Amino acid sequence: MTFPGGRRALTAVVALVLVVVGCLAWALWPSGKPVRGQDTAISVVDGPADDQRVTLDATFFPPATGGKAPAVLLAHGFGGSKQSVRDLAVRLAGRGYAVLTWSARGFGRSTGEIALNSPDYEVKDVRQLVDWLAKRPEVRLDGAGDPRVGIAGGSYGGAIALMTAAYDSRIDAIAPEITWNDLADALFPDAGGNGPINGVFKKMWAGIFFSSGGSGLAPDGGLDAQGLAGLSGPSGPAQALTPQQVQCGRFLPAICDMYQTVASTGRATPEAINLLRRSSPSSVPDKIRIPTLLIQGQRDSLFPLGHADANARQIAATGAPVEVAWINGGHDGGDNEPDWVFDRTADWFDRWLKNGPGSTATGTGTSANAGAGTGTGTGTGTASTRTAGAAAGAAAFTVSRDGGRDPGTRQTVLVHATANGYPGLSGTTRTTVRLSGPEQQIANPPGGSPASISSVPGFGSLLRSGGGLGVSLDIPGQAAAFESAPLTAPAHVTGSPTVQVKVYGTGEATLFAKLYDSSGGPVAVLPSSLVAPFRVTATEEGTPVTVTLPAIDRTFDAGHRMRVVISATDLGFSTPATPAVYRIGLASPELTVPADPALVTPATGPAWWTWALPLAATLAAAVLVLTRRARPARSTADRPDLADVPLVITGLGKRYSNGEKAVDDLSFRVERGQVLGLLGPNGAGKTTTMRMLMGLILPDEGEIRIFGHPVVPGAPVLSRLGSFVEGPGFLPHLSGRANLELYWQATGRPAEDAHLEEALEIAGLGAALERAVRTYSQGMRQRLAIAQAMLGLPDLLVLDEPTNGLDPPQIAEMRKVLKAYAQGGRTVIVSSHLLGEVEQTCSHVVVMHRGRLVSEGPVDGLLGASASSNGSGHRLEDVFLDLIGESR
Amino acid sequence: MSVPVSPAAGEDALGYARGYAPGRTLPLRVEIVRQFRRRRTLAMFALLLALPWVLVVAFQFGPGSNGGNSLRLSDLATAGGLNFAAFALSVSASFLLVVAVALFCGDTVASEASWSSLRYLLAAPIPRDRLLRQKLIVALGYSAAAVTVLPLMALLAGTLAFGWHDIRVPGTGEIIAATDVLPKFALVIGYALVSQLVVASLAFLLSVSTDSPLGAVGGAVGLVIVSSILQAVEALGSFREFLPTFWNTAWLDALSPQPDYSGMIKGVSVSVTYSVILIAFAFRRFRRKDVVS
Repeated sequence: MTFPGGRRALTAVVALVLVVVGCLAWALWPSGKPVRGQDTAISVVDGPADDQRVTLDATFFPPATGGKAPAVLLAHGFGGSKQSVRDLAVRLAGRGYAVLTWSARGFGRSTGEIALNSPDYEVKDVRQLVDWLAKRPEVRLDGAGDPRVGIAGGSYGGAIALMTAAYDSRIDAIAPEITWNDLADALFPDAGGNGPINGVFKKMWAGIFFSSGGSGLAPDGGLDAQGLAGLSGPSGPAQALTPQQVQCGRFLPAICDMYQTVASTGRATPEAINLLRRSSPSSVPDKIRIPTLLIQGQRDSLFPLGHADANARQIAATGAPVEVAWINGGHDGGDNEPDWVFDRTADWFDRWLKNGPGSTATGTGTSANAGAGTGTGTGTGTASTRTAGAAAGAAAFTVSRDGGRDPGTRQTVLVHATANGYPGLSGTTRTTVRLSGPEQQIANPPGGSPASISSVPGFGSLLRSGGGLGVSLDIPGQAAAFESAPLTAPAHVTGSPTVQVKVYGTGEATLFAKLYDSSGGPVAVLPSSLVAPFRVTATEEGTPVTVTLPAIDRTFDAGHRMRVVISATDLGFSTPATPAVYRIGLASPELTVPADPALVTPATGPAWWTWALPLAATLAAAVLVLTRRARPARSTADRPDLADVPLVITGLGKRYSNGEKAVDDLSFRVERGQVLGLLGPNGAGKTTTMRMLMGLILPDEGEIRIFGHPVVPGAPVLSRLGSFVEGPGFLPHLSGRANLELYWQATGRPAEDAHLEEALEIAGLGAALERAVRTYSQGMRQRLAIAQAMLGLPDLLVLDEPTNGLDPPQIAEMRKVLKAYAQGGRTVIVSSHLLGEVEQTCSHVVVMHRGRLVSEGPVDGLLGASASSNGSGHRLEDVFLDLIGESR
Repeated sequence: MSVPVSPAAGEDALGYARGYAPGRTLPLRVEIVRQFRRRRTLAMFALLLALPWVLVVAFQFGPGSNGGNSLRLSDLATAGGLNFAAFALSVSASFLLVVAVALFCGDTVASEASWSSLRYLLAAPIPRDRLLRQKLIVALGYSAAAVTVLPLMALLAGTLAFGWHDIRVPGTGEIIAATDVLPKFALVIGYALVSQLVVASLAFLLSVSTDSPLGAVGGAVGLVIVSSILQAVEALGSFREFLPTFWNTAWLDALSPQPDYSGMIKGVSVSVTYSVILIAFAFRRFRRKDVVS
C-alpha cells in the first residue's frame, strides 16, 4: 500500500543521503591547483679553500599565488633527500612561498661528501642557494642579492637552518625542528655537568647516525624522527666499493676517522669535540640574531629538550625573538604532529616573512624589525617581540600534552598548553620533593651486559605501546632506587629535575639516572624513556655529584611516588667492560622539581556547540510542533442548535493523493433513533466518509458535526461514537476479554459505564473469550469488534459491513440487535453494499456513488418513489441500480 | 447474541460522553500492560537477563587467564563484578542494546497500525498528541529498563562468579576502590541511556511514519550501522563528532582514574539534539497524518 507519507519519507531519506555525500565530497575534494616542482641542478663551490665543486640536486616550487613571494629553504633530515620534504614543500608553496628543496651534499643525487653541516661545506652550499634564490623572478627581494628567505627543516635540516642563520645575514627567519645545539654534547652527554670530554658515549644513536650516512645509500625519509624504520629501505644499485668507501661511505674522511676513533674507545677526544662543535650552533653563540622557532621533541633521546633550551638561550641573548615548542614525538617515535608543526612553522614564516619587517621600510617600533634583511640581521628588543607575538596570537612556549582519549576512535589526543614566556629547563617555580632510601650497592657487570633498557634508538616507536608506557627495565643488582612518599597533590614537572647523589667506591663510574613515575602498580613509568648519563670518579668517602635529570613535561598524580633510580648500565650507551661495585647514596634527600604554572591548556571546557546545539534543537523542535497544530475545523464553534442531531455532514470532500475525489460535496443529516444505511458500490466513498467521521483522516473541504461538535482528530465528542470500520483491530497476543477491558481502560472512562457483559453477550464468544485473539476465526473477530464498538453503549454507532463473515443466523440476530439498539434514542449507521441487508435493517438510507450523494431518505419513501416513477418493482436493488445509473 | 437494553451512559455538560476526559485516556499502566505481554518484549528481557550468565559461563570455559599481564577490557572482565559489568556493557551497548531500544521504540506505533488497533484507539478518542506521548513514555521506559537491567544483572552475575573487587582500569591496570566507582557506574548507565536516545527517537519517528514494525526497527538499527561505518572514516575529521554514535563509548572515560566528562557531555549534547528534533518531527507528522491502516 502506498501512501503519501511513504513517498515523502523516501524523499527525505534520498535528500539526507545526498547531503551526506555532498558533505563528504566537499570535505575530501582536492582543493587548489597543483603545485609543480621544477627539478634543477645547482653547482656550488665550497671547502675551506673554496675549491670544491659540488652539484646539488634541487627542486624549486614557485609560489601558488604567483607574483613575488618570500622564499623558504626546506632542508631534509639525515639519511634523507629532497624527496623527503617534497610534500611539505608543496604545502608551503600552496601557502604562497617560493620553496627550494635540495639534497644536501653527500645525500640523494647530490655529489660531494657529508661534512655534518660544517661551515666550510654545507653552510657555504646553502649560502649559494640563497644567491640562486635571489636571481629567481618569483622571489621577493629585500635588497640586491638579498631575498626574503626563511629556512626550515628537521634534525640535520634543522641544524643547517641554525648554522646558515649564523653565517649568512640574509636569512630572515628560521624554524629548526628536533635538532642539536652541540653535537658533541648530544653524542657525549654528561648530566653531571662536566661537558662532553667527560661524557658517556651514546653508542647506539651514534652508530645509527653514522651508519645511515656511511652507507651512502640511505633511502628517502632519513633520520628525521623515523629512526631505523627509515633506514631499512631497499638499497641502491650494487657498486664495487673500496674499503675506504665501505667504511666511510659518503662521509668526509676526516669525520669518518674521528668516528672510528671515538666509537672504538667510547671516549671523546678534544679533536673530535672540536670537529663536532664546528658543526654546532653552540660554536656561534652570538651570531644567530633572527626570529627563531625551535620545535623539539619530548621523546627524543638523541637530541633531548636541553638542546632546544641551549639554542633558545643563546639566540634570545642576542635579543632576537625566540619561541619554543615541545612536541609529543621526537627521534624516539611518538606523535610528531606533522600537521601542527606545519601550521606552526607556516604561521611563523607568515609572521616574519610575509607581514614582517621588510615590508615597512620605515621599520620603527611597531613590530619587530629583526632580520630586516638589510644585511645586518640585527636583533630587536624583546618588548616588540611580545607585541608581535601577541598580535599573531602565538605563544612563546608551547607544550604538547596528553589530552586524554578521543571517545570516538579511542586514540590518544594531544592538547597544546601555552605560556607567554619560555622559562628554560629550570622552570619558573621550583619545589623540592623528599626522597628516601638507604645506600645501595650496585654492580657494573663484566662487559657491560646485560644492560638496563630505557629506550632503544630507532625502535622507540615500535616498542612503545599506545598508552604511553615505555619499555624500561632495570637489571636487579645494577640499580639503586630512592623513592618519595606518595604525593599528596598532583605535581606537574616541566623541565629538568635535579638530584644530588654520592658515589662510593674506587675508580671511574659510569652511571645513569632516571626519574620514574611509580603508581604502586606493577609497572613504573619512565617518562619519555629518557635517562641522564653521568661519569664520576668514585671515592671511598663518597663523591657528591649533582645530576640534572632529563627534561620532561609530566603530571605525577596524587598518590604516585617519584622514584629516582641510579643504574650502572644502559643499552644505548657505552659502559666500561670492567666489573666493578659502587655504593650509591643520597647526598641530599631533596629532589628539585621545576614547573611552569604559566603553562595553561586552552580551556577544554565544553565546546560552544555542546550547549548551543541542544538549545537550537529545542527551539527548532518547538517550531516544528507549534507550527502544525491540528487544523481547526472551519467553524470551531459548537452549534447548540444541533446538539441533539447525531450527525450532520455538510459539503464534505476528500481527494486521494492522485487528485481523484473519493468524496465529493457530500451532505446529509441523521436524526436520533434512525438506523441509517450507507449504501453504495465498492469505491463509492463509504469507508472514506466513515474514516473522516472517526477523525482518522482529515477532510479537504466541508465539515462533519456530531451532536453539534465539529469532528477533528481526537475531538472529545468522538467519545459518544462507537465504531467498527474496515475490519477488527485487536492485540493478537491478548485474549478477547483482555482486549475489550484494556480498550475500555484506554478510553479513561469509568469501568461501570462500559456495559462489558452486555457487549460480550452480543459477541457470543463463550469460552473462546479467554483465548488469545490470534486464535480466532474471522467471524469471531468480527463479532468481538462489534462488541467493542458497542462498549459504553455510544449514542452513535457506526458499523462498516457488520455482517461480513457472519453466518445467516448470526446475521439475523445482528439485524435485531441493531434495530433494538436504535430504539433507545440511539442512532446506528450501517454501511453496506448488500442491498437486501439494508432493506431489512435500516429505516433510512443514503446512497452514494463515486463519492457523491445520489439519494437519501426513508427506505420506504425511496421504494415508493421509485415504484411510482418507473413501476418496475419495489426492491431496493432495482432502485439502487436505477439511482447509480446502471441497468441490469 | 441478545439485545442490549441498558440506557446510554449519557452526555456531560459539554456534550461529551459521561466520564470522558482527554487527559485521562490511555493511562500509562494500560499501555505498559498492553506492551508487556507481547512475546518480543518478554524474549528481549529474557535475552538481556541471560546474557551475563552466558558470558560468565563462557569465561569459565575459556583457557586460563593469560597471567594478568594484558590490560584490555576483555581480559580484565574476570577481575571482579564491576569489571565484568563494565565489560558486559561495552560489548552489548554497540549492538544488542541498540536493537532492544529500537525494538521498543520502533514497534510501538507501527505495530498498532499493523494490527489495525490504532484507528480504534484514535476514535476512542485518544488525542493524537496524547497517544504519542504515552506511547513514547512507555517505550522509553522499556528501553531504559533494558539498558539498566543488563549491567545490573552483569554486576550480580560477575560478583557471584568473580567476587566483589575494586575495579581494574584497562590500559594502565590501576585500581579504583569499588565504593568510588559505584556512583560512577550509575552515571555510566545513565549515559548509556542518553546515548541510546537517538536510536529511540529515530525508531519512534519511523514507527509513526510506517505501518511496518520491522521497517521501523530495521531503519533505526541501519542508522546506527551507517553511522558506525562513517565514524571509522578518519578523513571526515571533526565531522565525525556530530555522528549520532560517535560518543557512544565515551562512558569509558568515567571509569578511568581521572574521569574526563567532556566526551560524555558532548555525547549528551549530540544525542539530545538529534532526539529532540526527531521526536518533534514524529509529533508533527502524526498530528496531521491520515490514518488509513
